[in-house]
Amino acid sequence: MKGALDGEGTRALLQAAAAAILSGVDRLTEADMATGDGDHGIGMRRGFEAAVAALSGLEAPSPALALKAVGTAVMASTGGAAGAVFGTWFRAGARPLEGQGTLDGAGLATFLETGLEAVCRRGGAAEGQKTMIDALAPAARAARAAAGAGLGPALAAAAAAAGAGAEATRAMLATTGKARSLGERSRGHIDPGALSVTLILGAMRDHLGAG
Amino acid sequence: MTRAKKILNDPRRVVEEMVEGLELANDGRVVRVPGHAALVRRDIPGGKVALLIGGGSGHEPLFHGFIGHNLADGAACGQVFAAPAPDIIHAAARAVHRGRGILFLYGNYAGDNMNFDIAADLLGDDGIEVRTVRVRDDVAAAPPERVHDRRGIAGDILMIKIVGGAAAVHESLDEVERIARKAEANVRTIGVAVTAGSLPETGRPTFVLADDEIEVGMGAHGEAGVRRQKITTADAVADQMVGALLADLPFARGDEIALVINNFGATTMMEMLIVNRRVRQILAGAGIGVHRTHIGTWLTVQEMAGFSITFMRLDDELRRFLDMPCDSFGFQRM
Repeated sequence: MKGALDGEGTRALLQAAAAAILSGVDRLTEADMATGDGDHGIGMRRGFEAAVAALSGLEAPSPALALKAVGTAVMASTGGAAGAVFGTWFRAGARPLEGQGTLDGAGLATFLETGLEAVCRRGGAAEGQKTMIDALAPAARAARAAAGAGLGPALAAAAAAAGAGAEATRAMLATTGKARSLGERSRGHIDPGALSVTLILGAMRDHLGAG
Repeated sequence: MTRAKKILNDPRRVVEEMVEGLELANDGRVVRVPGHAALVRRDIPGGKVALLIGGGSGHEPLFHGFIGHNLADGAACGQVFAAPAPDIIHAAARAVHRGRGILFLYGNYAGDNMNFDIAADLLGDDGIEVRTVRVRDDVAAAPPERVHDRRGIAGDILMIKIVGGAAAVHESLDEVERIARKAEANVRTIGVAVTAGSLPETGRPTFVLADDEIEVGMGAHGEAGVRRQKITTADAVADQMVGALLADLPFARGDEIALVINNFGATTMMEMLIVNRRVRQILAGAGIGVHRTHIGTWLTVQEMAGFSITFMRLDDELRRFLDMPCDSFGFQRM
């Protein structure tokens, strides 16, 4: 597995992440039908289609530029809570990486941690409220713990932690967002935003493993 | 599951095509912000405090049908049931700004809050002052002590009417914000769902309700309400809904209110008038006067059947702005 990626490598990594969202639209719709109004999948499709176009348009990107391009496209094109949250994650997460030529394990951890912090601040939400934060927060912690081993191991750890975190949202009661009003009826279903985080990080891990 | 029956072209372009049709329906009084799903008044006077509204599409004529004289100056349109992106809000805000700041008025949903806040940050960087008032009128969404968890529903209609009037008269953003906050503190709504609406892009219903069931307190997007129950009489439903409203503010003997009975899409005017009959019987018994009655179709949820009842307690100032003439595609007063 690779220890770091340059800007071109990061672009390919993000294209793989976008492809995973685009092929997961039906799953995301199903998940959102259970706890929300069923539009998470189509919103994420709009956002990540725009992200693919933005990534293709970049000339000689740095890792930070590629990550920021995804965030800007997602924020402008997704709409709804998902656009603000996923756009904020990528845009804020990219900022501390500016000027760095490669994305390594520590860079990934910084991207996840800074993004997470910005998402929590923007949405006024925290872990345990059945949102994408329940996948992103454990992913950030796992990436930091594995950062020294390089990008591959850090991504593998982050993806696994995100998956476990998303799975854990099934048992949670939604206390923020539109699903909040479902109360007990929100239990038993995976949060669609947490599922999206898992798709993104899982596809990045698989891309790196295959490459 | 069968797809809902709708007359559409490309289901992924519904908002784009709706905005195009709405601009034309305004006969030149409202124009599109180039490149964005946003509409603004053509004739906003110089030096006016600007009122910008917005939210997810699919609720027409709200929000973007409420742009016009003594109403909103512009609206940012999201995708169906999804908040508009910050870029749309930012572009609409810049188009309505006339040098005295902008009031953002919209329903309290996580997506709207975040996207409008991001846009407000961008406008702050541009040196444009923005204030925000979120409508939180749905009493079924949370108890009164957790008003920040309450959604904005048909209270939006009276809020846009009153704040639109205030923004037309007052030259200070502080004053417009003060009036908006007072009106918001005095408005309460409760809805009832009879059958679901559907998302145009997927054709799937936004919730599932059995043929013989209704849900009192259900939100505009299928958010769960107070209680799912067997369908019953108009009088019994009105009793439940009005009871919840009166207890919440609480409204008291001697109060005078503005009343809205809003159709979520597929309920008949006949049903709403029958409900109105009972609402007025209860209000008369409680010694509460009605200054103005509004019964119609303003906040829709596609083909959802059901309606909501809104009360706003009035004082002389709010009454003045409520009574002002206004004009727009979706709401007019002579």
